[in-house]
Amino acid sequence: MQPELRPVDAALPIDIRPAATGPAYPTRRRRILRAFRHRSLAAGTVICVVLVALILAAPLLTSQDPNNQDPLAAFASPSATHLMGADSFGRDLFSRVLYGGRTTMLASLFVVLLGGVVGTLLGLIAGYWRGAVGFIIMRFADLLLAFPGILLALAVAAVLGSGLSNGVIAVAAILVPVYIRLVEGATVEVLHLPYVDAAVTLGASPFHIIRRHIVPNVASGIIVLTTSWLGIAALWIAALGFIGLGVQPPTPEWGEILNDGQNYITVAWWITVFPGIFLALFVVGVNLLGDGLRDELDPTLSRS
Amino acid sequence: MSNYFLRRLVSIVALAFGISVLVFLIIRLIPGDPAITLLGTNAGDASLVARLHQQLGLDQPVQVQYLRWIGNFLRGDFGYSYGDQRSVSSLLAANFPATIQLTLAGLALSVVFGSLLGVLAAVRRNRAADTVTMGIALTCMSIPSFWLGLLLILLFAVKFPIFNVVGGTSLKGLVLPAVTLALSSIGFNARFVRSSVVSAQQQKYVITARAKGISGWQVFRKHVLRNALLPILTIVGLQVGQLISGVVIVETVFSRPGIGRLLVQSILSKDYLTVQAVVLIIAVAYAVINLVVDLLYPVLDPRVANR
Repeated sequence: MQPELRPVDAALPIDIRPAATGPAYPTRRRRILRAFRHRSLAAGTVICVVLVALILAAPLLTSQDPNNQDPLAAFASPSATHLMGADSFGRDLFSRVLYGGRTTMLASLFVVLLGGVVGTLLGLIAGYWRGAVGFIIMRFADLLLAFPGILLALAVAAVLGSGLSNGVIAVAAILVPVYIRLVEGATVEVLHLPYVDAAVTLGASPFHIIRRHIVPNVASGIIVLTTSWLGIAALWIAALGFIGLGVQPPTPEWGEILNDGQNYITVAWWITVFPGIFLALFVVGVNLLGDGLRDELDPTLSRS
Repeated sequence: MSNYFLRRLVSIVALAFGISVLVFLIIRLIPGDPAITLLGTNAGDASLVARLHQQLGLDQPVQVQYLRWIGNFLRGDFGYSYGDQRSVSSLLAANFPATIQLTLAGLALSVVFGSLLGVLAAVRRNRAADTVTMGIALTCMSIPSFWLGLLLILLFAVKFPIFNVVGGTSLKGLVLPAVTLALSSIGFNARFVRSSVVSAQQQKYVITARAKGISGWQVFRKHVLRNALLPILTIVGLQVGQLISGVVIVETVFSRPGIGRLLVQSILSKDYLTVQAVVLIIAVAYAVINLVVDLLYPVLDPRVANR
């Protein structure tokens, strides 16, 4: 609505426009722009974007099939034809690293999605309906947390068998209790707030309360947790591939390539060095991103 | 205090029970029959399989198997490995010392170097040294431990053979695995110590002490460090779990004998009793360590005791 303005003589040097007022609070776009002044957020974004771009552009960057064997090129050292050298089967390592990145990154994304969704749902349920249901869910989370992560992942991988999708489930199992704890705690905290009482009094359904009042309050915590766990998930996926319980050869995956490189470490250092650099870079990028997001979204957790 | 102790003790017993049931069930879910694995080429003979089932107690209902196992376990009888017929307790005895040695070395490295880096960063907060140190810490956390292990092997065993790397439990052979194990915890501790020191520096008693004219170093040593380093104790408890995870990978990379490698191998060979014993012992030890840490805390920090 336009405010009523004082009628003035246009010839007078009085500015008749109302003082330009920006929005009362920063717009989303401004918040994003401001956030990028945060160094680690910017650095993390750059690293992640570059890596994702490299991996998406794999078909443009290399014409070699990652599984194409060329006995003549076996153990070829890095050169113009094989930028990162070749492995024992003469497969081009550059191509395997790029395509392997697709597997590792996608798998770790699925890990946080699966673990995050299951853990968040259980956490919401436990936080909202405390009592018997909540008790059982929380003791279940305690039980899972009592296992060092690797035991859980190994056990799940042993039950389900090796393979990429089972590896994802195995790693997600480590994450579920972490999400349950976080979401349950945040939910209980919000439940004490007057506006939730008001909503209950007005007869709002639990579904409505969870969706409108609780989820928005726990969302930033979930985003921060998800980002910081994306890097850990990548490390776990690669670790499972490295032990031989994750992705099975010949599918390229960073951990699987490293497992292969381990056998030839004395003759072909490149098989071990290059995929590891990419994996470490990806995790550094994601961790920087996570730090930045935490500082922006969750000031209480900020490391001052 | 004693009430609290009792409550915690009860909760640990309940947790241990839960763990034992879960482990037992998970192991039973692993596809494959150990009797068939054991008999190898003779597995076609159904009567042999049935006889072995009977001898191993595998023909009993699951709950009977569980009670039998847990009863014997509590008496210290862990049964015999399906793999090489040795008793599980002798397997554990043979493998535990190397793992404990490695874990303690890793823990020592991570606490010492993590604290040093963290204190350095906090003292030089928001200056170049802080940024660099925290960058190092983040990198430490991001480097995959198995890759670091491979790189160390490549450097120090292949290119410049200084340390004997593979196998063996000599002190010289411990260096590379311990560094590999500790690296990510060093990064984690450095970040934790930094924020802990920074928040202690902002306490009012620190300002008071400075106002009284006590020298900066004195204040730092007596008021900041003492208060800031205590919380590390709780972290150490949690870190043991992280280190145990690391141990499995580090022992695999360096082909070191130990519990981690025993566990991976017995999972792969469906050696039920060994897996059950190892997992239960590790998980209970982890819970007990955290209990000890929680009980020690009020002893070291009177503020908590008075609460």
